[in-house]
Amino acid sequence: MIESNLPALQVILPLIAAPLCVLLRRSSLTWLVAWSASWATAAVSIAILLKVLGSGTISYAFGGWAPPWGIEYRIDPLNAFVLVLVSVVAALIVPYARRSLQAEIRSRQHYLFWTAYQICLTGLLGVTITGDAFNVFVFLEISSLATYILIAYGQDRRALVASYQYLIMGTIGATFIVIGVGLLYLMTGTLNLDDMARRIANMPLYRPELAAMAFLTVGISLKLALFPLHLWLPNAYAYAPSVSTAFLSATATKVAVYLLMRFSYTVFGRSGIFESLPFEEMLIALSLAAMFLASTVAIFQDDVKRMFAYSSIAQIGYMTLGIGLANASGLTGAIVHMFNHAVAKGAIFLLLGCVALRIGQPLMSQLTGLAKRMPLTAAGLVVGGLSLIGIPGTVGFVSKWYLVMAAVEKGWWWLAALVVISSLLAVLYVWRLIEVVYFREPSEKLNEATEAPISMLIPAWLFVFACIYFGLDTSTTVGTAAIAAETLLESLP
Amino acid sequence: MSVLDSINYWIAMFLLITGIYIVIARGNLVKKLVGLSIFQTSVYLIYISPSKIIGATAPILAQGFSLYSNPLPHVLILTAIVVGVATIALGLALVVRIHEAYGTIEEDEIHEQDQSAT
Amino acid sequence: MRGFRVLRVIAKLLIPFILIFGLYVQFHGDYGPGGGFQAGVIVAAAVIFHALIYGLPHTQRVLPEWVVETMLAVGVLLYTGVGVVSMMMGGNFLDYSVLLHNAVDGQHRGIFLVELGVGITVAGVMLMIFYMFAGRARSKYSEK
Repeated sequence: MIESNLPALQVILPLIAAPLCVLLRRSSLTWLVAWSASWATAAVSIAILLKVLGSGTISYAFGGWAPPWGIEYRIDPLNAFVLVLVSVVAALIVPYARRSLQAEIRSRQHYLFWTAYQICLTGLLGVTITGDAFNVFVFLEISSLATYILIAYGQDRRALVASYQYLIMGTIGATFIVIGVGLLYLMTGTLNLDDMARRIANMPLYRPELAAMAFLTVGISLKLALFPLHLWLPNAYAYAPSVSTAFLSATATKVAVYLLMRFSYTVFGRSGIFESLPFEEMLIALSLAAMFLASTVAIFQDDVKRMFAYSSIAQIGYMTLGIGLANASGLTGAIVHMFNHAVAKGAIFLLLGCVALRIGQPLMSQLTGLAKRMPLTAAGLVVGGLSLIGIPGTVGFVSKWYLVMAAVEKGWWWLAALVVISSLLAVLYVWRLIEVVYFREPSEKLNEATEAPISMLIPAWLFVFACIYFGLDTSTTVGTAAIAAETLLESLP
Repeated sequence: MSVLDSINYWIAMFLLITGIYIVIARGNLVKKLVGLSIFQTSVYLIYISPSKIIGATAPILAQGFSLYSNPLPHVLILTAIVVGVATIALGLALVVRIHEAYGTIEEDEIHEQDQSAT
Repeated sequence: MRGFRVLRVIAKLLIPFILIFGLYVQFHGDYGPGGGFQAGVIVAAAVIFHALIYGLPHTQRVLPEWVVETMLAVGVLLYTGVGVVSMMMGGNFLDYSVLLHNAVDGQHRGIFLVELGVGITVAGVMLMIFYMFAGRARSKYSEK
């Protein structure tokens, strides 16, 4: 019974945990519920990935109604990979969160935080797993609404404004996605993504389809913070509680990147839309702009969380660059980079949460001499920073290597050079942090600080180890990503 | 004639642009949410209009009728309305909290306070 | 609204009928237009009406905040519970056909329970939103 219902369990385990959290109310009990649900979800996702890699695409008919009429959960290697990424990150953050929440959120609100966390997880997993266009929108809004709450829990009052701005922009994005889905439904008469792709391939290209593609691209780009649409992200990440920042930066944008891949390849792959629209060129240009401009802005930030938020925008640029390159190496690079960036940013934001536990909002001027007081935290930050740059031996190197290869395969040497040059910009802001942390005397605020509690350091360092491990042994991540990229490319003509 | 044929879509587009204009142009946080609501409502029209088939009856099986309107868009939009309600409620709740924290709901004044604080 | 005797009497007369209409919409949803969403909102409207006329403290004595919060959770649990039971009985998630001995009865039972869950949650959410906004304004003015 469990094996055949794995796709449903993937989404409903956190969905059941959320109301249980509301009923139990006690902070420690809700943490326990969240803990068990997240780890069970992670186990389910790994089981699904193994099953997909072993025996191919899984299709699950919700309520027993056969697709394309009923809602179908459709899992191929790509979304199985994203499911594992999201649920494992969520599960690792829960044990960390206990201490961090005690410091940052009033204890009688903890159960509401965990409810929002579980609902957000439900939404993100739902977006990834579903094979139904309207379901994508519903789950996206479920996760977004929970995200706004997770951000608004920040201690600083600016968290409220950041959350409000994200709400406005996120809702515009989601509404654009609904318009896109609606136009596609009008043209094809189906909401099942697979069925939709087949019908689009078999009919001439009408203008509403072009409009639908445009609406979907803009809507999803708002959610994934593609360069000119990124304005909500820096403040949201900077002022959210440490746990929320780590969770969202590692998962939410990745799911949106996945969605962009799903729509641009699986649904529109055979429609001939890429011949009539400069989609790839546009994506590459915006990605380059994100890589350079966001990295440059990051260099001048004083708030370290904000600095890494800008760095996230730049790193998302690498993922969309891979989508724009549209060949096997490029897509593999993009998919691996989703994983690598989640690991690196997860490590960094979790360690910044450790710093926040001791001194509050981590500003550059207050981090001087961190290495003398919190050596493990500082060392982890350095490893995370190095993988953002893409130093060989860390995860960041693997994905950038594939992106450079993809550019070379296309004969675009200039693009390969630009990828390398943009990594040098990352060197500047990461070096700034290392210089402050290692080569200065401890600031007044840090004088009394001691190393973070072990319950927070272990999950954070698991991410740091992952940064190195998956940088050295690339067979698991790259192997899966290559299979996922292959399934995406199959849908191109 | 062609304009009147697709009058629903013209109205939907008008509402869409009106809504997004209010969101961009107004500095008052509540007015922005009003604009957002109008913007979302326009999408409901885009979905509902084409599902009405002229001469067709409500989609309840009955003798003597063979032409039915498509019920699916209504169901989808019911869901979208619920999502819209939740979004507006959450947005207004945030505005209440912002008002408590800043004492104003004008965007420029909030920005000013943030600038002077740092 | 203490002084408005007409309003108070009419409210007292109307509220039971609004509640009954809500229940009708809920349980007739199997056969005609209706269902959990609409019924939940109608039931919530009756309670909100009560709060507008008699004041929030009175209403919260009848329906305290913790009851409303429990309603939110119970509705969702009822919904997912039906899905889990249908999985245990060998169907897919939310496959009502396996719930009873034949598919038609199973569908009836399933949709009935699911809509009940939806109704409870929607009523809870609507009331929660109202309580939150109304309660906050009052507490702020009473501080001044």
